[in-house]
Amino acid sequence: MKRLFAVVPLAVAVVLGGFFLWGLNPERDPSEIPSVLISQPAPEFDLPSVPGVDVPGLGRADLTDTPGPVVINVFASWCVPCKAEHAVLTRFVERYGLRLFGINYKDEPKDAATWLSDLGNPYARIGSDRSGRAGIEWGISGVPETFIVGRDGTVLYRYVGPIVGEEAVAKFTTALTQAGALDRELGS
Amino acid sequence: MIPEIGHFALALALSLAVVQSVLPILGASRGNVRWMQSARSSAIGQVFFVGVAFAALMRSFVVSDFTVRNVAENSHSLKPLLFKIAGTWGSHEGSLLLWVLILTVFGAGVAVLGSNIPAATKARTLSVQAWISVGFLSFLLFTSNPFDRVFPPPADGSDLNPLLQDVGLAMHPPLLYFGYVGFSIVFSFAVAALIEGRIDAAWARWVRPWTLAAWMSLTAGIALGSWWAYYELGWGGWWFWDPVENVSFMPWLLGTALLHSAIVTEKRDAFKSWTILLAILTFSLSLLGTFIVRSGLLTSVHAFAVDPERGIYILGLLALSIGGSLTLYAWRAPVMEGGGLFRPISREAGLLVNNLILAAATGTVLFGTLYPLLLEALTGDKISVGPPFFNAAFVPMMLVLGLFMGAGPFLSWKRADLAGVLQRVRFVAGLAVLVTLAVWYLISGGPFLAYVSILIAVWLLLATLREWALRIKFMEAPLSETLRRARNLPRASQGMTLAHVGLAVAMIGMIGSSAWKSEEIVFVTPGTDVTIAGFDVTFTGAERLRGPNYIADRGRLEVRRDGEPVTTLYPERRSYPVAQSTTTESAIRSTLAGDLYASISEPASEDAASGEAWTLRILYEPLVNFIWLGALMLVAGGALSLSDRRLRVGVPRRTRPHGDLRLPAE
Repeated sequence: MKRLFAVVPLAVAVVLGGFFLWGLNPERDPSEIPSVLISQPAPEFDLPSVPGVDVPGLGRADLTDTPGPVVINVFASWCVPCKAEHAVLTRFVERYGLRLFGINYKDEPKDAATWLSDLGNPYARIGSDRSGRAGIEWGISGVPETFIVGRDGTVLYRYVGPIVGEEAVAKFTTALTQAGALDRELGS
Repeated sequence: MIPEIGHFALALALSLAVVQSVLPILGASRGNVRWMQSARSSAIGQVFFVGVAFAALMRSFVVSDFTVRNVAENSHSLKPLLFKIAGTWGSHEGSLLLWVLILTVFGAGVAVLGSNIPAATKARTLSVQAWISVGFLSFLLFTSNPFDRVFPPPADGSDLNPLLQDVGLAMHPPLLYFGYVGFSIVFSFAVAALIEGRIDAAWARWVRPWTLAAWMSLTAGIALGSWWAYYELGWGGWWFWDPVENVSFMPWLLGTALLHSAIVTEKRDAFKSWTILLAILTFSLSLLGTFIVRSGLLTSVHAFAVDPERGIYILGLLALSIGGSLTLYAWRAPVMEGGGLFRPISREAGLLVNNLILAAATGTVLFGTLYPLLLEALTGDKISVGPPFFNAAFVPMMLVLGLFMGAGPFLSWKRADLAGVLQRVRFVAGLAVLVTLAVWYLISGGPFLAYVSILIAVWLLLATLREWALRIKFMEAPLSETLRRARNLPRASQGMTLAHVGLAVAMIGMIGSSAWKSEEIVFVTPGTDVTIAGFDVTFTGAERLRGPNYIADRGRLEVRRDGEPVTTLYPERRSYPVAQSTTTESAIRSTLAGDLYASISEPASEDAASGEAWTLRILYEPLVNFIWLGALMLVAGGALSLSDRRLRVGVPRRTRPHGDLRLPAE
C-alpha cells in the first residue's frame, strides 16, 4: 500500500508530461481559435431578458428581424476586460448606430443589472445565459467574444477577446464595414 | 570582446558543473574526502563564472552595445539607466542567465555556509544541485545564448516592452527567481537524502533556513508582482488568476506547506516522506512555471518570445529532473521508517490539516491552470478558466485554513487538551463574532462571503495575538516579567506570530478591496464631475507631455471631499513610438483606509488627442494597502524566524574566543 502511494506522484507527473508534449506541437496556437460557425447559420437559442434590465431578451429570431447585420457581444459583469471593451462598444453604438445585442454569460442578474446601470447600457437586447448553454451553442472560449451576424442569420465574423486598443478596434471596424453593419460612415 | 568573455565564462561554468555533478557524489559513496571537498571549490567557481557572464551581459546593456542581438532586441539608447540594467533580465535569455546565477548562488551558499552539514550529505546535495546546473547551463549555451552577435548592428535598439519599464517590475523577477530557484537547494537536499536513504530531525534543521529564505523571496516577489499589476495595468484589482501568476503562486503554496511539515520532521521525527515529497514537488512546480512561461503552452498576458523547440528542451529537463526525482521517491520513500506517533488533537494533527489544505489548494490551482490544455488535448475544445472557478474553489479552502490557523499554535505536541484550548480561545472567538456583527451593522450590503471572511480574518488576528499574549504572560505576570518573556521568546516563534498576523492583515485588505470596491467608468470632457465613495472628482483637462522615450497625455483631476480639496491626480497614458505600444500610468491617492485610483484610457473619440473627450476610470479600493502591508509582515516574520540562533546559517555554536558576543545570555 505504502509503495503504491509512493508511485502516485510519479504517475501524475508522467500523465501531465504527456499532455505537455502534446501541447508543444508547433502547429498548435492556443490563442488562435477557429470558429466552425463562420459562414454557417447562427445557432438556435432563445434567452430570457435579464431581470432588472429594461431591454428584451434575445433569441435566434431577433437576429434576422432587423434592417441590417447585427453584432452579438458576449459579456459578464465578473469579466474585467469586458469593462474596458464596454466603452469601445458604447462609442460604436452612439457614433455609428451599431445594432448591438448582448449575451450575458454565466452572470447573476443582480450583478449584471448593477454593472449596466453603472456603465450604461448600449445593448438593444440582452439574453441572460445563466447556465452557459447558449455560450456552448455559440462555441465561445471565454468572455468577451463578439460576433457579426448578417441579415440572413449567417455568422460573418468572430472576434475573441476584448476589442480594446488601436489595432483591435481597427480590425473590428474593418470587419464591420465589410459586413455593412454600420449605419453611418466612419471618419466623420 | 566583453560579450565573448561572458560566453566563455558560461562554458567554463558548465565544465565545472559537470565535474561537480560526478566527483563529490562518487566521493561520498567511496568515502573519498578530497573528492567530496572538491564540491566547495567547484561551487564557488561556478558562481564566479556565471557572475562574470551576468556582469558581461549587464555591461552590454548599460553601454547599449547593439552588436549583441539580445541588447538590440530588448533595449534602446534613450532608455533610463535603471531600465537598461533591468533589461538584462527582461528577455528570455537574460532571465534564464539570472535563473542560473541564482541557482549557483544557492549552491555556493551551501558549500560555504553549510559547515554544520555532514560531509557526505553536503557532497551529495551539491552534486544534485550541479545536475540542475548542467541542465540549465547547457540549455542556455545551446539554445538561448544571450551573447549572440548580430551583423550589421542596428542603429538603435527595438526597446523593452514599455509595460515592463517600471521600478516595481524591474525588481520583481530577481526576487521571484530568488524564491523559485531557491527551492532548488531544498530539492537537492531531498534527493540527496533519498539517495542516502536517511532522513532525520537534523536534516530538517539544515533544510529549514534555505526553505525560509526562498519562501521569503517568493512572497516578496509575488507581492511586488501583484502591486505592479495593480498600479501599472490600470485595471484596478491585484490578482487575475492568470496562468503566469498561478505558476508563481503554486510553489508558494506548496513551499508554505513544506515550511510547516519540516517543523514536524524536525521536532517530532514524523512526516518524513511527506516532507521529502513536498521538497521535490515545490521545486518541480517552480520548474513547471519556467516551462509554462517560456513554451507558449498556455495563453497569458505575459509574454516571452515563444519557441516550441525551447519548449521541448525544457520539457526534457523537466522529465529528467521531476521524473527522475519522483522515480527515486517511489523507490526509496516506502522504506523510510515513520516517526513519532500523535493523537488526533495535537500540534502534529493541526499541521497535518494545514498541509492537506495547502496541498489541495495547490492541486486546485494546478488543475484550473492546466484544464484548458487538458480539455483541448482530449476533446479539441478551447476554453479558458477564469476567476469564477478559482474564487469558488480556492477561497473557501483558504477560509477553512484560516480557521485552523488561529487554533493551531495553541495545540501542544503529541497530545493536546482540547477543552483547555477551547477555554483559552473562547474570549477571542466571541470578540471576533462581535467585530463581524459590528462591521455588518456599519457597512451592510456586502456579499455574505465577505462577512464570513471578515469573521475568519479577525479570528486569526485575535487568536494569534492571544497565543502570543499567553506565551509572554501578558496581564498575568508583572510587566517586567512580560517584557522579559517577550524578549526571550525564540525568534522562530516570534516570526510565526508576525507571519500569521501578516496573513490576517493581508486577508482584511483582500476582503475590503474585493467586496467593497466602487468603480465608475465615464466619458469626460473638461469640467465633468464624478462622485465616488464620498469623493467629488472634477476632470479639468488633459495636456501632452514628452518623456525620455515616450509621449504622454496627462489628465488632471481635482479631488474634493465635502467641498474641501483633497488632492490632484494626474493619470497618464503613455505611448512609446519605438516599441509601438501604449501604457496607462494610473494616479493613486493612497491611504491606509483605501486607494482612490484613476486612470485614463482609450480616448473616447479619434480626435481626442486634442484633449476633448476621454474615458476615465475611477475606482475606490478600500483597505487595499493592507494586502502589501500583510505581505511585508509575512516576509518580516520569515526573516525573524531565519535569524533564530538555532537555524542561523553558517554560525553553528562558535567556540573560538572571537565568537559573536552580542548574543543574549541565556
